[in-house]
Amino acid sequence: MTDISAASAAPARRKGSLLTQDALTRKRNAAEGRFKAYGIVAIALAMLALVALLISIFAAGLPSFRQTFITIPIELPAEKLDKAGNRNPAEMAKVTTVGYTSVINAALEKVIEEKGLSTEGLTPKQIGGLISQEAPAQLRNYVLANPDVVGTTIDFELLANGRVDGFFKGRVTMESAQLDSNISPEQLAMAQELTDAGIMAKRFNWGFLTNPDASDQRPEAAGLGVAILGSLYMMIVVLVLSLPIGVAAAVYLEEFAPKNFWTDLIEVNIANLAAVPSIVFGILGLAVFINFAGLPQSAPIVGGLVLTLMTLPRIIIPSRAALKAVPPSIRDAALGVGASKLQSVFHHVLPLAAPGILTGMIIGLAQALGETAPLLLIGMVAFVRDYPGPLPGGLFDPASALPVQVFSWTTRGDPGFVERASGAIIVLLVFLLIMNAVAIILRRRFERRW
Amino acid sequence: MSVGLLSLILLLLAVAGFFLGRSRAIASSGGDTRRLHSRPQFHGFAAFLFTAVPGFLVMVVWLIIQPMAIEGRIDSMIPDRLAPDMAARQLAMSDVRRVAGGLDVAVAQGRMKADDLPAMKSDLAAVRAQLAEVGVALGSDIQPEIYEAALVYRDLGHMASVGMTIAALAAAVAGFVYGQSRIRMGFRARNATERFTVVVLFIASTVAVLTTVGIVLSLVFETLHFFTLYPAMDFLFGTVWNPQFHGGSSLGLLPLLWGTLYVSFIALLVAVPIGLMSAIYLSEYASRRVRTVVKPLIEILAGIPTIVYGLFALITVGPMLRDYFAQPLGLGDSSSSVMTAGIVMGIMVIPFVSSLSDDIINAVPQSLRDGSLGLGATPSETIRKVVLPAALPGVVGAILLAASRAIGETMIVVMGAGAAAKLSMNPFEAMTTVTVKIVSQLTGDTEFASPETLVAFALGLSLFVITLGLNVFALYIVRKYREQYE
Repeated sequence: MTDISAASAAPARRKGSLLTQDALTRKRNAAEGRFKAYGIVAIALAMLALVALLISIFAAGLPSFRQTFITIPIELPAEKLDKAGNRNPAEMAKVTTVGYTSVINAALEKVIEEKGLSTEGLTPKQIGGLISQEAPAQLRNYVLANPDVVGTTIDFELLANGRVDGFFKGRVTMESAQLDSNISPEQLAMAQELTDAGIMAKRFNWGFLTNPDASDQRPEAAGLGVAILGSLYMMIVVLVLSLPIGVAAAVYLEEFAPKNFWTDLIEVNIANLAAVPSIVFGILGLAVFINFAGLPQSAPIVGGLVLTLMTLPRIIIPSRAALKAVPPSIRDAALGVGASKLQSVFHHVLPLAAPGILTGMIIGLAQALGETAPLLLIGMVAFVRDYPGPLPGGLFDPASALPVQVFSWTTRGDPGFVERASGAIIVLLVFLLIMNAVAIILRRRFERRW
Repeated sequence: MSVGLLSLILLLLAVAGFFLGRSRAIASSGGDTRRLHSRPQFHGFAAFLFTAVPGFLVMVVWLIIQPMAIEGRIDSMIPDRLAPDMAARQLAMSDVRRVAGGLDVAVAQGRMKADDLPAMKSDLAAVRAQLAEVGVALGSDIQPEIYEAALVYRDLGHMASVGMTIAALAAAVAGFVYGQSRIRMGFRARNATERFTVVVLFIASTVAVLTTVGIVLSLVFETLHFFTLYPAMDFLFGTVWNPQFHGGSSLGLLPLLWGTLYVSFIALLVAVPIGLMSAIYLSEYASRRVRTVVKPLIEILAGIPTIVYGLFALITVGPMLRDYFAQPLGLGDSSSSVMTAGIVMGIMVIPFVSSLSDDIINAVPQSLRDGSLGLGATPSETIRKVVLPAALPGVVGAILLAASRAIGETMIVVMGAGAAAKLSMNPFEAMTTVTVKIVSQLTGDTEFASPETLVAFALGLSLFVITLGLNVFALYIVRKYREQYE
């Protein structure tokens, strides 16, 4: 008793009311407010980064989905394009794109004349320069595919030059054209007049999704066709290999593995593989699949194998979690009515865990779809213009992949390619969004809580 | 016989084994299948496996060994005159393969007759022209030795393919007969097939181990090869990175390691405060509704492919930092810099820090908080003085995991950090990292046996060791910490 009374007497009595804050309380409350504000600021910064990232990519990339085209009637003189006169595509193929260039230029000059536009200050070559260098090749392919059009006049949509296209998208201005050897302000003025006359217009560019890559000078013609096909092939390889192997490994580790050294080793391995930098898998692919096994470079099969090895741990881990979430009573009931261990797993546990496994699989595939670094090492940056063949032989043809195509476009000189790269990112993000949305819907609809 | 056709025959044989086995099992029970140990389809499946497994096993082993055996034989036929060194020998080997493949095509198309091939040795120019017609273009005229080797290669290949067919079919038939002989009433067919299935499951689970072994072996062997061409000490402690095409390169690791660590340091400087503070706010202050909205939004950052961050660094962050910070301050005029890569990488790493820290903070027992709040501490004092110290080991583990992620990151630094290897303190200067150099040394047309290419494997091994070490250490800390409160 004496202790308590002595202790309570010692500190100085606090003066003032509980309802008014003293200096210390105010300080502590201010610290509290500040601390809370730090948290809000941190979250705001993270959100800001996300928004800035998306806005910058979308602002740069959306224009690539619209492209400037020139639609003019083109006369296809038979004496020039089909000298033999028998409409045989094999013989007509002797006329190179140079021949078609002159046909196109003549058609364009005629149209300009008809519309009464002044060509002052422009050489014929500069007028022809309004049109993409890829346009003659496209016209040639069209004519060779439809030999009967020779000798007639057709309305044909020609790609405009990348700089002209950039002018309508604000990338190229009159000032920048003055310094640019590829385009002159007079050409841009002509392009503007052609637009006013309704000959040149922007429209949605399906070619961006279907065309193959194009060379350095022709960003306007570059498309994602080969890259999308290559990515699709790789995803098929990843799906076909990693779904059975991943599920089998998860079932073994979760349901059958005895607790011993070997099982521990496998588990540690899977955990660590999930954290190995992706580029190391590229080195593995180069050393094992290309140098040792002799598989071709740039082929979707090699990319698919590398991505499979990389994705496997990322599939096994969620699959195990899904299997673990199935309550033991299910297994006990199955065993109780006479099923073997294997039957209890394959007939009861696995179907119940399937939604969780599928969700993990889709998310793993989405990660594999966006992976770039390992593919650089196995030669997928190569310039590929030919579509890979049909499955399964096409797996061994050279191809590109979506993220790698983005990278190779950013290394090109022409600024038009930056727009293309951003556009390709949008395509990639749309694919990822779809995959993740499917995963979320699967989880919402089929996941059972026990 | 082609591999596809052989597989089909083996499969048909095995399916026949299934049906025969099933009907034999039913017959052996005298029509009452309840008297069997296993149900009839297990008998059938066991018979299927007894046929298919030996057949396919022989085929696969043969396919792996055959090329090695044949190439060893061919290798001895190529004279040293044509192949003075390893590279030339490999080229000669691929010539042999292409000539043999071309002859096969030509014979299949009926342009050549198989019996005439040895006689055609006298006119190799004509052979080359004919091969070109079937789509096999050869760079130079065929050497007589190469042509002879190609003929032997063809013959051996045909012989081996016949041998493989016979061996695989024999194994399958033997298995078929043995399997059928086992089927009787008491045969534990279900146990046999299930044991086999478990073995298959086990093999699937070893793929992860095989991958690790593959990574370690390929990295270690090529690195050892590199160290025979370039001294290990110069690589590990060299301060100059200057690869030359014609030898005499300086391949020092230190500048690359410095760039890597500098970029990762800046990334952590961005990610740790933001990630940690948002984790604290979300787990301690935020209402349920805010949590359910904000948490997935932050995790979107982790789902975005790194190439997207790379492009963001290249077209937005890099030019912005250069125009508003580096140039006005006179610190440099390069849009790719350590700062660019570091900031963008920091954004990428935020969700790793925040979601791991979130888990760890949530694992701190509520009683600790209640005790602190009950003594009159404000929530922020509770967090700073009680929750964070308790969670510290786990948070450190999370930061180490984030660091290992940052060190191994490739695309952001390839597109944002630059390519010049430098030991500099200025964060606005372009520097390069280990991963950038792995990419640049291994892409493009490089001779594979040169130290300039092989150094990439040594760099890869360094990267693998560093990230693996960080990971193992971090996981150890996190696990230790979890146990503490369980």
